[in-house]
Amino acid sequence: MKLTNEIIKLKLTEKFGEELTAWQEPYGMLTFTASKELNLKVLQFLYDDEELKFRFLTDLQAVHYPGNKGAELAVVYHLHNMVDNVRLRFKVFTDIEKPDVFSATALYKSANWMERETYDFFGVNFIGHPNLIRVLNVEEMDYFPMRKEFPLEDQKRIDKDDEMFGR
Amino acid sequence: MSDHIILPEGSIEKQTTTLNLGPTHPATHGVFQNILEMDGERVLKSVSTVGYIHRAFEKIAERRPLYQITPLTDRLNYCSSPINNMGWHIACERLLGIQIPKRVDYLRVIIMELARISDHLICNSIVGVDSGAYTGFLYLMQYRELIYEIYEEICGSRLTTTIGRIGGFERNFSPAAFQKLEKFLKEYPRALKEFENLFTRNRIFMERTIGCGPISAERALNYGFTGPNLRAAGVDYDVRVHTPYSSYQDFDFIVPVGSTGDCYDRFLVRNEEMWQSLSIIEQAFQKVKEFKGADAEVFHADAPDYYLPKKKDVYTKMEALIYHFKIVMGEIDMPVGEVYSPVEGANGELGFYLISDGGRTPYRLHFRRPCFIYYQAFEELVKGGMLSDAIITMSSLNLIAGEMDA
Repeated sequence: MKLTNEIIKLKLTEKFGEELTAWQEPYGMLTFTASKELNLKVLQFLYDDEELKFRFLTDLQAVHYPGNKGAELAVVYHLHNMVDNVRLRFKVFTDIEKPDVFSATALYKSANWMERETYDFFGVNFIGHPNLIRVLNVEEMDYFPMRKEFPLEDQKRIDKDDEMFGR
Repeated sequence: MSDHIILPEGSIEKQTTTLNLGPTHPATHGVFQNILEMDGERVLKSVSTVGYIHRAFEKIAERRPLYQITPLTDRLNYCSSPINNMGWHIACERLLGIQIPKRVDYLRVIIMELARISDHLICNSIVGVDSGAYTGFLYLMQYRELIYEIYEEICGSRLTTTIGRIGGFERNFSPAAFQKLEKFLKEYPRALKEFENLFTRNRIFMERTIGCGPISAERALNYGFTGPNLRAAGVDYDVRVHTPYSSYQDFDFIVPVGSTGDCYDRFLVRNEEMWQSLSIIEQAFQKVKEFKGADAEVFHADAPDYYLPKKKDVYTKMEALIYHFKIVMGEIDMPVGEVYSPVEGANGELGFYLISDGGRTPYRLHFRRPCFIYYQAFEELVKGGMLSDAIITMSSLNLIAGEMDA
């Protein structure tokens, strides 16, 4: 039987009940939100289940939603079941004041640098990560540059005359 | 130890040597550093440092309209930038829901497979250089030149191509482009055969690469390997087959797999992929030739909001002028949505995770860069091996600093 999004949703709801919310299918990819305490349990369940077999971590990164008070940072996991060729995406939201999320490094070796990158740019503190240091930026950096409060260029710059360019 | 000489602590007792390889060592073929802990010539430990050419593309992309992001993607894997460009355009098209005509798909396939050949050709010949055979590198380089001439004929540039547009190409392929393509298809197989004769059953090359830097399929999957490196370990995962894009389902090709995941298998897989790419290009070329009449002039989709109008129309027609202005100034709002769009890059699954909040620029754009993810396995691959094996392993992984550091 072909593994469809409905079956995955059914199995996950059976296991976790109301803990998983915001079910969507943007552009055909099943997407849902889990509470941040559950991220490892969801990953492990998706990995272990004989029918689901989501055993490849395609991607892991974060998104910053400054307007979403109390849950500003979203850590997004993209998983892939290579046998049935199904992908899914799930998100955990965390408070920016206390951005603690459990690390997936015990399950996926590939999560190591991806989590370091996420820490580097968003400051998500992955609990249980063996070596959570910056990976692309310099170690002395004391801010997290991909957060939305860091503008790309100072809008109040006066040394540059670009009023003709609509900025 | 005598009492009056004070040596630095640990300098006498230390049995191992620390060796700094990189960031600009010629053998690393890119700007990244490895600090190796050596016992004689054996590598005990390796610590990798990346990020020397980090350019914050993801941050810059948050302030740029779609077209201005294309030149950023050039600079990811600069050995095969057309794949990145088209992967990005395909991601945009998925978000915007643009239907692409078949002829455009086939033209794209030709360019993407040429890019794959040029990338694999560099990687494989560099493996040769690192094992002491410079000839193959010099010999194949002239065929990369032929590929670059084809790019030049289509988009005007060679290395960082910025080829194509959202919805297709900026202009139709010229007769000269097809001639150059024919020339390449005629000449390259002979050169590739010679290259294979030089390496594949070469005793020295085999001794140097067999069993060097191996990885099992299970570990490779756990480490997030994709592309030729994963296939060399024995997993037949190829985005072109699993999630076909740009009409790859219309083509007949083999996904080569290895078994041990060592440097030799990676070399063989890349070589066979070049043959398969040649076959795909020939099939695509045939399919393109079958379009007759008005169909043979189609080189872009009908997407006026995102496809730049002809310059002639901009000067003479009102609508074209308006669209041109809006596209160039980046004043078109995108639909709300989030899309993950993978393509088979030359060294693995190149994914674009694009979130749009309905603005003119992406709310968040993340590049899934295959190199960055599989480079973390390097420590495990080289542990316990010789230093010279570490060098070969590094080049056969096809690490591209531009892609790793984004």
